[in-house]
Amino acid sequence: MIPPERTGGRCRSEGILANDESNPLDRRRFLKTAATGTAAVAVPGATHAEDHHDHQDVPSDPALRVKALESLLVEKGLVDRPALDALVDTFEHKIGPRNGARVVAKAWSDPAYKHRLLADANKAIAEFGYTGQQGEHMVVVENSPTVHHMVVCTLCSCYPWPTLGLPPVWYKSAAYRSRVVIDPRGVLNEFGLEIPDDVEVRVWDSTAEIRYLVLPERPPGTEGMSEEALAAMVTRDSMIGTAKVLPPGQRVMP
Amino acid sequence: MNGVHDVGGMQDFGPIKPEANEPVFHASWEGRVLAMNLAIAAWGKINIDNRRSVRELIPPAEQLAMSYYEKWYAGLVMNLIGVSMVTGAEVESGMPVPGSPKLTPPLTAARVPVFWSNGSPKIRSVPATANFRVGQRVRARNINPLTHTRLPRYARGKFGVVEKAHGIFVFPDTNAQGLGERPQYLYSVRFAARELWGDQARTKDTVYIDMWDDYLESV
Repeated sequence: MIPPERTGGRCRSEGILANDESNPLDRRRFLKTAATGTAAVAVPGATHAEDHHDHQDVPSDPALRVKALESLLVEKGLVDRPALDALVDTFEHKIGPRNGARVVAKAWSDPAYKHRLLADANKAIAEFGYTGQQGEHMVVVENSPTVHHMVVCTLCSCYPWPTLGLPPVWYKSAAYRSRVVIDPRGVLNEFGLEIPDDVEVRVWDSTAEIRYLVLPERPPGTEGMSEEALAAMVTRDSMIGTAKVLPPGQRVMP
Repeated sequence: MNGVHDVGGMQDFGPIKPEANEPVFHASWEGRVLAMNLAIAAWGKINIDNRRSVRELIPPAEQLAMSYYEKWYAGLVMNLIGVSMVTGAEVESGMPVPGSPKLTPPLTAARVPVFWSNGSPKIRSVPATANFRVGQRVRARNINPLTHTRLPRYARGKFGVVEKAHGIFVFPDTNAQGLGERPQYLYSVRFAARELWGDQARTKDTVYIDMWDDYLESV
């Protein structure tokens, strides 16, 4: 068990903030920092590429900057390169919406499982082994003929990684994050979804470490289908709440 | 801080643009940045609230212009320097300061599966008083700290109803500043869309927001 993240060193953020208020130069330097990754502003007295050209310039290409940082962290013994490989493999191959789809298909097929899932999503999802980073505190919300749920993180990009994988770019975009709370039906229209007026649209803003997964409605015409066949119909967006699961044979919206 | 990351309720960011068959990463460096953020977290020196708060400090115009993983890269560098795991000079040169010791990373490939499946739970088994009960009408406090908070601007001062108590969780506002976890009750609070946005919202629609005890006041 990894110990809970305790705050060791004090973050320099307060320092930056204080400087920001009193000294516009530091704000500009931070800007430069963000662009180049040199971060010299955070180190009192540190030299900066902008001021001194007598040392190696930081490459502007993000791929090169990231490669340089990885080499530095490996050299210092702060990260282990095979561990990074294993994490990337997890992101790319071990998590993703196929996991969530299996959870949904089981909930549709097995009333006792659905009951467990809605009562204690952590435990029920753990039955599949889909636990871990950014899925530590799961809540599943069920769409019905009277309520349509949708999920957002207006402040950053919170998303249930073990069941849905990493979020798509649109989910992290300011366009989605800003508008879904004030105009959820307009957003749904952009996704090709019209929710009747008498249905409550309920938006979940993930401001804490609770991660939400939508249990979509089981479409008609799926009676007797296997869990595997059902899972194949469940889309990522239906578990975010920006789509419904369509009946068999109906084309998925582009 | 009332920063540009807090976009809830803005209307002028344009259409949402889903990408068909989107890859997990659009370039391999993106995966390395994310992996480095997690691998560094395994040291226990930089918590998730430190990471978020530093990214929020990127000046607004740049924050909106940078790609998602560019922000994570910039944030990681800031965090690493903030806890003295690297220096700015090292990042510039790409080389450790001569004579600096080589450490042993806590997260090895063999430990990744356990690290992953354990996650980083933020619930705490410490005593705390729930100052609000399910069904209670509450108001989100009108606070405007210069430091990190997870109380979105669009909810401040608004009236809602406590829908559920999630349990006792780390409080990000202090945890981000190195002022301790100060664990406290976390609730799901229901807000009528009309309370948040006025008559243009549908009567039935709602927004549920997770809020800590310190974000709420009784009515």
